[in-house]
Amino acid sequence: MTDRTTKETFLAAFAERDRRGFADDPSWLREARRAAMERFAELGLPTTRDEDWKYTSLAPLVETPFDLAGEETGEIPAEEALSSLSEGSSSWSRLVFVNGRHVGKLSTIPPLPPGGRLGSLAEALITDEEMVRSHLTSAGEKGEGAFGSLNAALWSDGAFFHVPAGMSLEAPIQLLFVATPFERPRADHPRSVIVLERESRAVLVETYIALGGGTYLTNASTEIVLGPGAALDHHKIVLEGGQAFHVGRTRVRQERDSRFTSCSLAFGGRIIRNDVDVLLAAEGSECMLSGLFVIGGGQHVDTHTVMDHAQPRASSRQLYKGVLDGRSRGVFNGRVIVRPGANGTDAHQTNKNLILSDGVEVDSKPQLEIFADDVKCSHGAADGQLAEDAIFYLKSRGLDEVAARTLLTHGFASEVLDRIRVEPVRNWCQDLLRGRLRGGRVAEDAP
Amino acid sequence: MLSIRKLHAGVAGKEILHGIDLEVRAGEVHAVMGPNGSGKSTLAQVLAGHPGYLVTAGEILYEGRNLLEMPPEERAREGIFMAFQYPVEIPGVANAEFLKAAVNAVREHRGLEELDAVEFLALLKEKMKFVDMDPGFMSRSLNEGFSGGEKKRNEILQMTLLDPKLAVLDETDSGLDIDALRTLAAGVNRLRRPDNAMILVTHYQRLLSYVTPDRVHVLSNGRIVKSGDHALARELEARGYEWLEATAEALPR
Repeated sequence: MTDRTTKETFLAAFAERDRRGFADDPSWLREARRAAMERFAELGLPTTRDEDWKYTSLAPLVETPFDLAGEETGEIPAEEALSSLSEGSSSWSRLVFVNGRHVGKLSTIPPLPPGGRLGSLAEALITDEEMVRSHLTSAGEKGEGAFGSLNAALWSDGAFFHVPAGMSLEAPIQLLFVATPFERPRADHPRSVIVLERESRAVLVETYIALGGGTYLTNASTEIVLGPGAALDHHKIVLEGGQAFHVGRTRVRQERDSRFTSCSLAFGGRIIRNDVDVLLAAEGSECMLSGLFVIGGGQHVDTHTVMDHAQPRASSRQLYKGVLDGRSRGVFNGRVIVRPGANGTDAHQTNKNLILSDGVEVDSKPQLEIFADDVKCSHGAADGQLAEDAIFYLKSRGLDEVAARTLLTHGFASEVLDRIRVEPVRNWCQDLLRGRLRGGRVAEDAP
Repeated sequence: MLSIRKLHAGVAGKEILHGIDLEVRAGEVHAVMGPNGSGKSTLAQVLAGHPGYLVTAGEILYEGRNLLEMPPEERAREGIFMAFQYPVEIPGVANAEFLKAAVNAVREHRGLEELDAVEFLALLKEKMKFVDMDPGFMSRSLNEGFSGGEKKRNEILQMTLLDPKLAVLDETDSGLDIDALRTLAAGVNRLRRPDNAMILVTHYQRLLSYVTPDRVHVLSNGRIVKSGDHALARELEARGYEWLEATAEALPR
């Protein structure tokens, strides 16, 4: 079985790094890594027999001969290459990671008042060990799946962002994860920890991008903690290479009256799996999730959200949309849990897909688990094609078929982008979308 | 400009127009009137090229060319404009973005340079004054959540921007309050020139109090049963359509 081979490749890579690579880690972290690897060893890579992976086969990943022995960072791209890649956003402050490693000379960090931290998680292990420890260990307790465990065991670096109480950072900060080509398929496990203390605010753009082609796996974990009254505008933009696998998790814990707004775009990658897992841990917290994927060819995007209303009077909104062309496949699974006593919960979820070709497949599954009274919960799902009467209306004004379809498809997708509250980020995402929808169809090759 | 000859057309396998003949010359305004179900809207849709309407016999010549061979976008670029009875709502497409795309599609076809954002906004601002529309409508999604009157104003704005040679207004006057009706009439009268023409499809005589048509045609059961000048519209207002429907029954099929 090839499955065993891939799993064993990861186990062997861990054993090797545990002997040497992790030698500088504090002992609590080495223990946490070992515990995580044991969980992975037990779980193994998921198959379509796992309910959570029912519609997403990892066969192409399992069949990939990963080379995990290498420790080299790979080629560091020139600043210009990076800027043209992220055109439209290159003036923002950014923390750059190349193949999973922080590259300081490509990063521009905004001046932060005392107590503020934005930098490499590996470095923060030295400078802010206690804070990092509390977040990394509490994350492990929650029982992660196979990929989360793999990440917890094997991560080398990622972002550490700590915003002290009352601090407001209104300008976007980009966490730019860049993959450069390697001869053999490789895997990166970036891990980021984002902590906003009481009444603080920030705008983050987490971007995964490829410089060149090649097969690789990005297995990313982002832990977000929002203190009372904190507000984060979060964006995750996946522009991986055409042969890449992206398996990512965003896990969020929200305290009283905090607000989490997150928009996730998935354009590039062969298989993209995105888990967003939000715990509304205190009263009055607000969460607005949105997502858009625009895929063609043989691309596959699977989004799983878990909205856990643990306390009363929290609200959540979810809007996920997909545009599918070619033979692509989209999966949405939205689970909303309303715990006993979480009265006054207000939770809504919408999933809509626009189908541009006969060859695509969509699976959409809402899961509402309501254990409280006095709650407002709703979900809606719709799949469809472009409306003929709308196409005719545009043609009757002189637009040709392609222009009409492009405008309508863009309009469909815009509903998600319009929810991005930070104007420069919204404009950048609009540009990315326009590039993706050239000619009204979604290109065979991922960007 | 437009010659419709023995036109038979229908929708979903049902013939609605049973042989229409109509000649529209440059500089003329024609009113096509008739009761509900007489085929007025079918005629308008056929002129605009709606793919759901099938022409089974007859021909339409537009400036000497076979109109029926032209796809809808080419008709629009060649100067035909239909104001929709029920303008389509398009979420996510900003009104201004749509209008700019339409204006530039027509300009490109006419060999004119595309307008950039600044030039287009200047043009838009100028034309919006004529239709008395709140600038707030420009950033809103096309027709989405617009009231009936706002949608019709938006149609008139499009007509004004695109400056058509032949405008077909499909019951644009229905459901309008008196202010919107006056705006519509002003838009029509402003467009009225020796080098273009208009077909006003309408159920009521109301609009014709503000716009004096050169010819009035009455459509009944898919045929033109009577044509006349402006006086015919007033006669219809006074007598209704029944007396003409009796005439239609007597016509051979």
